[in-house]
Amino acid sequence: MSKVYESFNYPQVSKEIAKGMGMTEKEFNQACEILGRTPNYIELGCVSAMWSEHCSYKSSRFHLRKLPSKGKDVVYGPGENAGVVRVDKDLCIAFKVESHNHPSFIEPFHGAATGVGGILRDVFTMGARPIAAMNSLRFGSATHPKTPRLLQGVVEGIAHYGNCFGVPTVGGEVAFNASYNGNPLVNAFALGLVREDKIFTAEASGVGNPVIYIGAKTGKDGIHGATMASEEFSESSESKRPNTQIGDPFKEKLLLEACLELMQTDALVGIQDMGAAGLTSSAFEMAGRAGNGVKMYLDSVPLREDKMGPYEIMLSESQERMLLVAKKGREQEVIDIVNRWDLDAAVIGEVTDDGYVRLFWQDEEVASVLAAPLSDNAPLYQRVYSRPDWLDDMAKFDQSEIPVPSALDQIFYKLLNDPTIASKRWVWEQYDHMVQIGSVVLPGSDAAVVRLPESKKGVAMSSDCNSRFCYLNPREGSKHAVAEAARNVAASGARPLALTNCLNFGNPEKPHVMYQLVEAIEGMAEASLAFNTPVVSGNVSLYNETEGNAIQPTPTVVMTGVLDDVQDRITSFFKGVGNKIVLLGEIPTKIDASHYLDIIHEKTVGVVPEVNFDLHTALFKIMEKGAKEQLISAAHDVAEGGIAVALFEMGMRSMIGAEVSLPAKGRADALLFGESPMMILEIEPKNMKAFSSLCDKKGLKCQEIGTTGGENLVISCGSTPTLNVSMAKATAIYEKVIPELVK
Amino acid sequence: MKAGVVRFPGSNCDRDCLHVLSDVMGADARFLWHKDHDLKGLDLVVLPGGFSYGDYLRCGAIAKFSPIMSEVMEFADKGGLVVGICNGFQVLTESGLLPGALIRNKGLKFICKYVNLRVDNADTRFTTEYKQSQVLTVPIAHGEGCYMVDDATWAEMLQYNQIVFRYCSPDGEVSELYNPNGARDNVAGIVNKAGNVLGMMPHPERCAEDLMQNKDGYGLFASVKNFLG
Repeated sequence: MSKVYESFNYPQVSKEIAKGMGMTEKEFNQACEILGRTPNYIELGCVSAMWSEHCSYKSSRFHLRKLPSKGKDVVYGPGENAGVVRVDKDLCIAFKVESHNHPSFIEPFHGAATGVGGILRDVFTMGARPIAAMNSLRFGSATHPKTPRLLQGVVEGIAHYGNCFGVPTVGGEVAFNASYNGNPLVNAFALGLVREDKIFTAEASGVGNPVIYIGAKTGKDGIHGATMASEEFSESSESKRPNTQIGDPFKEKLLLEACLELMQTDALVGIQDMGAAGLTSSAFEMAGRAGNGVKMYLDSVPLREDKMGPYEIMLSESQERMLLVAKKGREQEVIDIVNRWDLDAAVIGEVTDDGYVRLFWQDEEVASVLAAPLSDNAPLYQRVYSRPDWLDDMAKFDQSEIPVPSALDQIFYKLLNDPTIASKRWVWEQYDHMVQIGSVVLPGSDAAVVRLPESKKGVAMSSDCNSRFCYLNPREGSKHAVAEAARNVAASGARPLALTNCLNFGNPEKPHVMYQLVEAIEGMAEASLAFNTPVVSGNVSLYNETEGNAIQPTPTVVMTGVLDDVQDRITSFFKGVGNKIVLLGEIPTKIDASHYLDIIHEKTVGVVPEVNFDLHTALFKIMEKGAKEQLISAAHDVAEGGIAVALFEMGMRSMIGAEVSLPAKGRADALLFGESPMMILEIEPKNMKAFSSLCDKKGLKCQEIGTTGGENLVISCGSTPTLNVSMAKATAIYEKVIPELVK
Repeated sequence: MKAGVVRFPGSNCDRDCLHVLSDVMGADARFLWHKDHDLKGLDLVVLPGGFSYGDYLRCGAIAKFSPIMSEVMEFADKGGLVVGICNGFQVLTESGLLPGALIRNKGLKFICKYVNLRVDNADTRFTTEYKQSQVLTVPIAHGEGCYMVDDATWAEMLQYNQIVFRYCSPDGEVSELYNPNGARDNVAGIVNKAGNVLGMMPHPERCAEDLMQNKDGYGLFASVKNFLG
């Protein structure tokens, strides 16, 4: 052992020490085997971080391979910092969604903010300028004492980071359910734009090339954060605050501009952001991918704090940092550009050919680990999974047990009063959703749409997951997540293109949780194949449990789509009075698995409606063609709250009511509030004939169900009015729920 | 029209303003780096929105010390047209080119939404394309847009007709109900006494094209273009 190493006074490595870093005894032995000796403390820190669930996907990797990731327009699929898909010749979008659940529970503001920062870096590391961000948020029940503070903190954190960075936060979703009481979900999505020949990857190629550190200085924040994100929560977790990071969006904005400027030169060879597991993962990944090694002189790393040794430096998760490999001899050019943006830059090492990541301190080697074997031989678990009996019990629901309520108007108002259904205006008005002047469908519609500079095309995106469906039937629920996100994208007139996912689940060491994960992945694979929308990037967040209670399975899907002409985009809001209202899809006859059943009757039971792939494929074609021919005035997907809530949402913006008549088959509450996949459209009378024949051609029934107009929303099932509610009163309820929740 | 758009570190509406000036208005427009000194040949300088220098200390407080700002002050003194939007407005008040100050919104939250603005002075170099008292719908996006000014200065501003835009109802009624940030008398935009420096919190560049929700911001750029010839 060198004198320098001894001067750090690190503890003697043992399996107990390894356990403290989140490694099992078996994993520790495996690490000793790969190294051919017992790792020292620094090496063990690196290995444990690389092998954490968060970095290694050791519980999910085996099943993730089932997801289709190829397609003719897919340039880069999973494995890169973000997926890249062509949208218009060489113009590509790079996008990914990632979780920041654990940090956001411990420190909502900074946890959510750094989640946004991390995903933005993933996108611009690829050379893409971020042009849109979204987020998918889940909180506990509205009455849980922590919910208001978490909601407020998370939204403010996202706003703080995104607004200052200058990326429009164009949409997202917010839902509430008691299963998230101890585990809120914060999934952050970003999408950027890049020319195909300007895409950068994270490779340390070219032996002798300099390794350069740029961005913010390294501090002690977030040390071993990736390991924390791979554990269940207990009461002591809130004492882990130092494990979460603090973000600085201003630094990140400078880093973005500096990186994009660097990428315009040809001095850059590879680039990787320092995210989870910090310098460790960027060094190992860059070396591993290129089949090379790197030497790093850690005492050259710009530091923010005193008393940081190699262990702390390698595992710090300080934000807004990048690791670059530049061409030899071009160091100064790189440093000059970075300094121009008032950021630190330091040459900290070089690319080698021996395959080792070697760390130096005062010119003495203090750690050395072979890069490729560490990732190639990372633990891979095929964890035991089994179907829990309660899934069958929950499916055994007979809706005749629940009498149809008489006061359906009151039920409708009560549904609007539920925070999952209520208006999210309070949330999105805190996000700058218009900066970059690309947002051409603003928040509130089914999908956000942004225009692209130098192209006629537009990109639509929507984030979805009905976790109640996934809880009752993980496979079908996961198909629904894909189908609903695709329907939302289609509602804007766009053609669904590709998706990214964030798989949020409980503890995979429990067979029923593992079952949910496997089923959800397989369901997602089926739907993605059926719709020809490959999964090009993603993230897995496990151990979302507190005190043994797991969240409802939440495989969040963010679907992207393309509009060939962005001018053809469609919003969800009624445009006029006297227009036809058309329904595409299956009119529901069941209240099974619905939000209505959950909120009004307090039952999370029933059979999840099936996702009909053929119906969806036809629907997508109709929407694309209908938009191109400008036949559709408004379109809205039916989700929580069924047809009744969907019609209200379409009329609410311009205060236009509707008169609708639904065929009298089955029970009224199922017709109004049931949740089978459907889309409601507004069609001007002059376009009705053309639209109807378009539906015929695609083999879908064009069901004309009513007319827009009036101050009330009136729905009859058969001859008698079943629902007659005032749009004004309903809007007042709908808008005040979230503001009152956070009061 | 020869225009320059200042890029402070942290500016994030710089590209938007440049796009509207050059692609929509057909101006000869370029970026001005905050460390530069050269405003040669320009007849309009735009200070864009964003978070200059991270808005640390106070919004716009550090930007006023940047090298480019001493040039902008000289340019304004000589009668050059200066428009500060959002963070740009904050920089203008901090550097003394406009009176008053912008503080935290009354609700303490960042607000991004379309609001109604009444044109209270259609006789400035920036507003001739609008009618007096016309109601525009333009987005705001700020956390610190509450305009404050002392009584003496305020009286003078009224005397010189320096209030250009006020937040209002869809019908043009100015009242506290339609004041999104608590600004004095619903002030959304003002000019200096000489009439060549405009500061406003709303973002006209975000609604200056057909594809946007409306085109109400176009008139502002068109007015400047007309004035400059």
